[in-house]
Amino acid sequence: MDFELMINSFPKLLNATVITLKLLSVSLIVGLFIGLLFAILRLNKNIFINKFAYGYSYVFRGTPLLVQIFIIYFGLGQIEYLRSTFLWVILKEPYWCAIIAFALNTGAYTSEILRSAFQTIKPGIIEAGKSLGISNKIIFYKIQIPIAIRQSLPAYGNEIILMMKGTSLASTVTLMDLTGVAKYIISTTFKPIEVFIVAGGIYLFMTFVIHNVIKFLEKKYSFSQ
Amino acid sequence: MELLAFGKTGWGDELFYATLMTIAVSITAMFIGFFFASIFTPLKLSKHKSLNLIGNFYTTVIRGVPELLVIYLFFFGGSGAIMFVASMFGYNDYIEINAFITGSFAIGIISGAYSTEVFRGAIQSIDKGQFEAAKVLGFSKFSQFYKIILPQMLRLAIPNLSNVWQITLKDTSLISVTGLVEIMRQSYIAAGSTRDPLFFYCFAAVLYLLLTYFSMKFINKLEVRYSRGY
Amino acid sequence: MNTFKKTIFSVLASLLIIGNVYASDKIRIGTEGAYPPWNSKDASGKLIGFEVELAWSLCRYMEKQCVIVEQDWDGMIPALIMRKFDAIMAGMSITAERQKAISFSQGYADEVASLAVMKGSSLEGMDTPEGINLTLGGSEVNKALKTLTGALAGKTVCVQTATIHQNFLESGDVGKINLRTYKTQDEVNLDLASGRCDAALAAAVAFTDYAEKSGKSVVLVGPTFSGGAFGNGVGVGIRQDDTELLKAFNKAIEKARKNGDISRIATKWFGFDASM
Repeated sequence: MDFELMINSFPKLLNATVITLKLLSVSLIVGLFIGLLFAILRLNKNIFINKFAYGYSYVFRGTPLLVQIFIIYFGLGQIEYLRSTFLWVILKEPYWCAIIAFALNTGAYTSEILRSAFQTIKPGIIEAGKSLGISNKIIFYKIQIPIAIRQSLPAYGNEIILMMKGTSLASTVTLMDLTGVAKYIISTTFKPIEVFIVAGGIYLFMTFVIHNVIKFLEKKYSFSQ
Repeated sequence: MELLAFGKTGWGDELFYATLMTIAVSITAMFIGFFFASIFTPLKLSKHKSLNLIGNFYTTVIRGVPELLVIYLFFFGGSGAIMFVASMFGYNDYIEINAFITGSFAIGIISGAYSTEVFRGAIQSIDKGQFEAAKVLGFSKFSQFYKIILPQMLRLAIPNLSNVWQITLKDTSLISVTGLVEIMRQSYIAAGSTRDPLFFYCFAAVLYLLLTYFSMKFINKLEVRYSRGY
Repeated sequence: MNTFKKTIFSVLASLLIIGNVYASDKIRIGTEGAYPPWNSKDASGKLIGFEVELAWSLCRYMEKQCVIVEQDWDGMIPALIMRKFDAIMAGMSITAERQKAISFSQGYADEVASLAVMKGSSLEGMDTPEGINLTLGGSEVNKALKTLTGALAGKTVCVQTATIHQNFLESGDVGKINLRTYKTQDEVNLDLASGRCDAALAAAVAFTDYAEKSGKSVVLVGPTFSGGAFGNGVGVGIRQDDTELLKAFNKAIEKARKNGDISRIATKWFGFDASM
């Protein structure tokens, strides 16, 4: 066991973790908005809007994230027309391609989580709001959304962890995130076990932190139903 | 569309075989995962803290670390580890383990961690009364498990196992490092050769969607069958 | 369900434990299959290229049977060490760093590296000598490196990962650039053509081959590079403890060189005699 390598590679890997965290946070924030939007669309009475939202969720949950990122990065990069538009400024950068792919992916899973949370809100609560004369709009924003968010915490916490693992795929499109740097070190030193322990350890630590933050939030915002 | 033709000029036949490979690896990995789950689920449910620790270590590490890293570790370190073990038994010649086994095993280890959690949750949600009744009725420990607990556990587990299947199926896209020609790798080769990544990766997405669609239909049938009597 | 499970278990167990025991006289040679004209695949997926043909020739001289195995570039050396195959013939240059992990036969061919850009790029028409050798060094070389540093400052340059080209760009000889690494040369070419890369660095022949096959207007710029970080030619990679095989390959390369085989095959695939 090459401990010296483990100690030497730690700072480089820690540096790369910053990129991983950047990817994770931006993707989650954008994904949350997308997820909320599509969750609402899914609950819409219009059958076309409903099916469209379902289609989006089905496609992005039913295909591997690797395929999605390749289509956005290599596939879109191939279209000559796109390269002449202003969109190219964004699509040119692997960082933004990755964010787009991750956000769309987590958006799909998030929309499912939020949708099911909306659907399990006790109708009694909504009826109570209505009988108190509160308008539908306010019921939605001030009652349904907060409850849905609280209900989703466990499942969403899981989604955060899954997305954190997903960011490792950024290494397939040239981004030097934690996994990318780990792969590089492995391919030059041929010592996969040592590097894996350090890189894996960093990921596990992040999982641990996320898990505990979610648990804390769950406790803080729990209420008896 | 001619790109998809079967035969020498089209990629249709290569992609067809690649799809079969994806299915084969996924199924094999699923079963390897069940094998691991059969070891680690009891560990996690055990009364002994040290056994619990081993079980938890497995599921926490495998589910907390990106699949790419696990696969990378397995591919680069795995064969070496196996040969190391073999040399302890005096077998010093080289062992070649083919790419299919390596890839399926790598995905299997990951699949197993998720399956372990599913089985654990399923067993824990079986009414305690069932365990007691089985004991009281004088069934052997073996029969207690196989005739009474296992069937109920499977029924409860099937919905979540379908999630594990989805995860396993999609994770197979990551094992191109082992050189195994499944959907992702074949699309990659075709995209490189024809310089048309958009077409082939979109087609790969379609293939995965088809697999997902038909798997879900099949699993729903299973769910109905296993829910008989409830 | 009981016996069913048991049979599955035992089948899997035997597959996993026994594996596929290989005890044979054949030499397995690993190659990438994605680096034309050194090695690539034809439309039916068969491995072809300069090294594939050279491998058959060397095996004939060694009077041994050979099998050519495909392997991804970034796993090439680990696969050799893991005994997935016995020799590497994949356009792998002999470098001191690689020699820490594996042995190399004598070089059988050499490639010069070059920068490439898309036609119309601002990097065209650089004022540099035709070729520079980093091992020989000298004022000409230093001047050329200075010109390059200035031209490439802040630009995005793309390379295949774990290559001598990456080593060179990271060595600081051309100052600070925005380096991007890819799994295969194909991906480098794609991003160069789409404009994501301002320039790319690889074997000169790799770019000319791509330009030819794809019809994209890729042009070589700057000097051709050799020596220094670019190693000392391409040789056969062999496990360090496989001294017998190393001797056999060296003998075979000698014979092939004397009989003009290497020159012939090289000219066929490169269009010029790239042999050493």
